[in-house]
Amino acid sequence: MSTIAHTQKRGFAGTVWDYLTTVDHKKIAILYLLAGGLFFLVGGIEAMMIRIQLAVPNNDFVSAGLFNEIITMHGTTMIFLAAMPLLLGFMNAVMPLQIGARDVAFPFVNALGFWLFFFGGVFLNLSWFLGGAPDAGWTSYASLSLASEGHGIDFYVLGLQISGFGTLMGGINFLVTIINMRAPGMTYMRMPLFTWTTFVASALILFAFPPLTVGLFMMLFDRMFGAGFFDVAMGGNTVIWEHLFWIFGHPEVYILILPAFGIFSEVIPTFSRKRLFGYSSMVFATVLIGFLGFMVWAHHMFTTGLGPVANAIFAVATMAIAVPTGIKIFNWILTMWGGSIQFTVPMLYAIAFIPSFVMGGVTGVMQAAAPADYQFHDSYFIVAHFHYVIVGGVVFGLLAAVHFYWPLMFGTMLSEKLGKVTFVLFLIGFHLTFFIQHFLGLMGMPRRVWTFLPGQGLETGNLISSIGAAFMFVAVIVLLINVVVTQVKNVKVGMDPWKDGRTLEWAIPSPTPFYNFKQLPLVRGLDPFWIEKLEGKTEMTPAEPIGDIHMPNNSFTPFMVSLGLFIGAFGAMYHVDDKGWAIPVLIFGLVVTFGSMLYRSIKDDHGYHIHKEELLDDANKGGTR
Amino acid sequence: MAAEEKFTPQTWPESPEQATLEGKNKFLGFWLFLGGETVLFASLFATYLALKDSVPSPDHALAKDLFELPLVFLMTMLLLTSSLTSVFAMYHMKNYNFKKMQTWLFITVMLGFAFLGCEIYEFNHYVHEYEHTFTSSAFGSAFYTLVGFHGAHVTFGLLWIIALMIRNAKRGLNLYNAPKFYLASLYWHFIDVVWVFIFTVVYLMGMVG
Repeated sequence: MSTIAHTQKRGFAGTVWDYLTTVDHKKIAILYLLAGGLFFLVGGIEAMMIRIQLAVPNNDFVSAGLFNEIITMHGTTMIFLAAMPLLLGFMNAVMPLQIGARDVAFPFVNALGFWLFFFGGVFLNLSWFLGGAPDAGWTSYASLSLASEGHGIDFYVLGLQISGFGTLMGGINFLVTIINMRAPGMTYMRMPLFTWTTFVASALILFAFPPLTVGLFMMLFDRMFGAGFFDVAMGGNTVIWEHLFWIFGHPEVYILILPAFGIFSEVIPTFSRKRLFGYSSMVFATVLIGFLGFMVWAHHMFTTGLGPVANAIFAVATMAIAVPTGIKIFNWILTMWGGSIQFTVPMLYAIAFIPSFVMGGVTGVMQAAAPADYQFHDSYFIVAHFHYVIVGGVVFGLLAAVHFYWPLMFGTMLSEKLGKVTFVLFLIGFHLTFFIQHFLGLMGMPRRVWTFLPGQGLETGNLISSIGAAFMFVAVIVLLINVVVTQVKNVKVGMDPWKDGRTLEWAIPSPTPFYNFKQLPLVRGLDPFWIEKLEGKTEMTPAEPIGDIHMPNNSFTPFMVSLGLFIGAFGAMYHVDDKGWAIPVLIFGLVVTFGSMLYRSIKDDHGYHIHKEELLDDANKGGTR
Repeated sequence: MAAEEKFTPQTWPESPEQATLEGKNKFLGFWLFLGGETVLFASLFATYLALKDSVPSPDHALAKDLFELPLVFLMTMLLLTSSLTSVFAMYHMKNYNFKKMQTWLFITVMLGFAFLGCEIYEFNHYVHEYEHTFTSSAFGSAFYTLVGFHGAHVTFGLLWIIALMIRNAKRGLNLYNAPKFYLASLYWHFIDVVWVFIFTVVYLMGMVG
């Protein structure tokens, strides 16, 4: 078990088994990218169906009930199963390399986090085939979701519960990795911004997910076991769900946007060939946004009736977030100022992001004014706002990261030409789709509406919006073609493919050895690789002699733990229908899960060592395995 | 393997739970996990306070009708003492005295089971004497969820400590299992702290508030 060859099983089945059992952060990143990408396509198809339905008045492309299911699944899928896993994928791929670590702190838990997310997502999407998807919106407000018939909401509750556990574990893992595993000299204030945003986003995950867990448990108990948390007839209170959901839900949007900020903070200095302007204020702003993110949840509930005092406090706290965000915007602009800018695809996304995101931010401050929000609430204005921040911020960030980090993850370079086609189509499509929705909202078009009548001035706007969505759809198809073409050609680009890499992840050979760093690098300042380059060196100064490297063993246990919960969830759900097999299935699932955990606990797993001689051998063969 | 190296009380490091990188990572990771658990219980407490005495009709039992301080006081003493005995166990772990550690862990587990027994009796009592059940009112749902989550944590903690004791019974302490024992005891303390809040917020405030 102690040789490098052990990781080199041949053949398709061998590769599949390797990925099912892997604990390597680079492979888990690829798994996140694949699964997140798949769910992104599913969510995108749902978005297209929404826009087709709303393209013309009185349309009946889908029924009203199906429309509710589609909007619910679009929101839930995009947030929980596409945006967050894709970001977790890039965190896995990049962050350990950026801090000069050989792996994350808990490789086993890392794999467990992925499989829990994956099985949760699959469970949620199976609802389409098993009697109907959830239909109470991605916020699933209790009075609505308790009244929802069928198993849709049960799929939502159980699926999110399972995938939420996975995300929580991922968050703890990244926090410990960043605190404990930094290379010599990598002080906190020398960490790249993407690592910093990963750190803060992970802290948000740690403190934001438990309220969601509690809320989901209550929903589960109410729907499946006869509890009365949200049932007013039993003394319950439906507003509790709103609070718990938004105490989670607001930090959640920062969990999404902060890593995107981090990606842009890497892309902009690289292609401006200048160090990031105002590094310490960037760090400060990131932490402040993370902190304030917990203080503003009730701005989603201005119209719930919490009273003027609560509304005023939350309005002011919300507006305060514009300050650190503004600091970031100016820092990015000033990083570009006077730089020698290269208009590569990631840089184009970064440049387009700034005005797009600012527009979303401005409408956010408008809604923070509580009295004005009574007008905006539940209208298409809100839809326009959050798509401007999530698409204009997070999705642009993800697209930039796909192009920017593709060579790091796969050793090949996506076509710049096709990338620019995607960019132009996506940018046009995005603004075409969502800009007009501000005005549709102000004209009175309600959010989540199935169809609208002719003659109310809503036709043109909706048609334009739908045309824009088609542009985005084509853009994503071009991106997929780009991916396929690039991987079929399979032209390896080698180390530091952008030529101007500044941070540690670009200082290692390509493909990245599975132990990442043969010798841990010595970090001598911010942008450590750039510092070495300025002194005419082509690689990092090592901080240690070549020695044995300790590696974790692969394990199938994470898959089994997650599979157990997946099976058990069916039991919990069908128990409501008085099915005889339901409770045994629930118990069987839990036995599989806890049994696998017990197995993990009592079976010693010390990992293995790569010996110095093998590393030296390896180096003679050209630095790769 | 370095982690399986045999030690004597003289060579045993001062903080064995953090002597290896793996131990350090587990130590920090578990503290962070407990931070998340704190938010979990905070949410449950907030919900309980919002739904306390929220019942569908006036003939339902309320907090002041249900709780009896003598039993709850006994439960509190059992759990607080078990926290103390787990400290003794960790004291002996740090002194490389495996036998005494196992003994004190065994006492901890026994106290934990006694606590759990009282809790089962208590719930049974409420259900049969007062018809205060999980499905009788929002108050009931909130009460059994909060206290039941704590009870489930106690159960998990007991199973965890027992598994560790049996698994390591024959081989004694090393730097691979020392962090495991330490984390289980941290978890046990956390359960104890949560109970202190339950005792105050649910029972004491239920009697007087």
